[in-house]
Amino acid sequence: MDIKGPNLVKGIHMEGLRVLGKPADFAKYYYENGADELMFMDVVASLYERNSLHDIISETAKSIFIPITVGGGLRSISDIKEVLRAGADKVCLNTAVINNPELIREASRMFGSSTIVVAIEAIKESNGQYLAYTDNGREHTGVDVFEWAQKVNDLGAGELVITSVDREGTGEGFDLDLVSRISALVTIPVIAHGGAGNKNHVSEVITKAGADAVAISSLLHYHFIKENSSSVHSNEGNSEFLKQKRSYHTFQDCKIAEVKQCLIDNGIECRI
Amino acid sequence: MINNNLKKVTIIDYHLGNLFSVKQACDTVGINAIISSKAEDIENADALILPGVGAFIEAMDNLADLNLIETIKKAAAEKKPIFGICLGLQLLFTKSEEFGTGEGLDLVPGTIRKFPADLDDRKVKVPQIAWNSIYEFEKKWSDTPLMDVVNNEFMYFVHSYYVDPSNDMDILTKTNYDGIEYCSAISKDNIFATQFHPEKSTLKGLSIYKNWATLNNLI
Repeated sequence: MDIKGPNLVKGIHMEGLRVLGKPADFAKYYYENGADELMFMDVVASLYERNSLHDIISETAKSIFIPITVGGGLRSISDIKEVLRAGADKVCLNTAVINNPELIREASRMFGSSTIVVAIEAIKESNGQYLAYTDNGREHTGVDVFEWAQKVNDLGAGELVITSVDREGTGEGFDLDLVSRISALVTIPVIAHGGAGNKNHVSEVITKAGADAVAISSLLHYHFIKENSSSVHSNEGNSEFLKQKRSYHTFQDCKIAEVKQCLIDNGIECRI
Repeated sequence: MINNNLKKVTIIDYHLGNLFSVKQACDTVGINAIISSKAEDIENADALILPGVGAFIEAMDNLADLNLIETIKKAAAEKKPIFGICLGLQLLFTKSEEFGTGEGLDLVPGTIRKFPADLDDRKVKVPQIAWNSIYEFEKKWSDTPLMDVVNNEFMYFVHSYYVDPSNDMDILTKTNYDGIEYCSAISKDNIFATQFHPEKSTLKGLSIYKNWATLNNLI
């Protein structure tokens, strides 16, 4: 769940953010409908160098009894401590650890490896090389994705989220080549993110690319919008899209239960 | 509303893990719980919850620095109900293989072992951070906090090490992670403990808190 100010938002290639509704409405709905974990990302936090999700987290943690991961703009041990104290179970780091990889080691020693999730935002260059980006795909780092993934693994992160910025928000399916290379390389669980346009894409990234878990947003958000009326803070951001109650032709939006049934039909064990 | 007759439960804080969610689970099912690192709060409690996520040796060091090891052992000897969660389960055991050998609270005989990096030429992803199912071993779940849980129910796990009890009769549930079958919950006299996080396992997990409290007359 990408959060900007008071709103849940969604973009394409992490840009052109559209307002979709209140984060709390989506969180409750997903919790009650079979989500295994919620990830809240403050998508503008890195830009402003602060994470503003504390209120959303502490409110959510009171009534939602599944793991909660929080990311966006977390720069230091004390930033991490603060969101964990607000009720997050895990933190997701990207910009801060690319600038200072030792923070992974320090944070996993202090909070336990399993509390530290590292996100890698990958963009495929025209020469075929994958490079890591930060600040939601805005900032080029020049770091090779696979070298970085190995380092993240060795420094003691507990999980790795691999986002294909090229596929993110498009519904065209995951970058199977990227995910399978990462999954084969590291010894920690890999969460695939970016590209799910239908339930078969989700099943495929597990069976064909070896993902250990899958992060999905648009596919579920667009279904939620069709099924529910949500009160939108229309004073911030573009909400025209929401009012039209439509999604893109590339998405066959569905419920979590439909995704899970598809996984079970394909021999993948999961909670239903 | 404060009810003075309510039994007191202390959630032991030794500075590792998300205690907020444990407290939240207690509040939700009506357990009167406080979070504390003080020996007197353990001595005055009717029951204890020992949570935690992270490293065994660091946890035992923290308990030692806080002078809580003997206090917890004394509470266990007095037959106070103790509920261990995740690392809290592991601390109850005799010793850990982690970074050489570390000594535990030794309230349940057994050893803590690390998941192997590979099995049958396959790589095993460690830590296990996943929903996985718990199933019955020899002991039945009726009259335990798992009384409402159906066999093979999914619970949320986060760990790199697992417990290997010396006595099969202490094992309450088993779980299979990528081909490795291990003990995922124990019960022994006044002690009940889970490797999984009931407070992160939806209302099915919360029922375990409620049943533990009910069986021990805490609510």
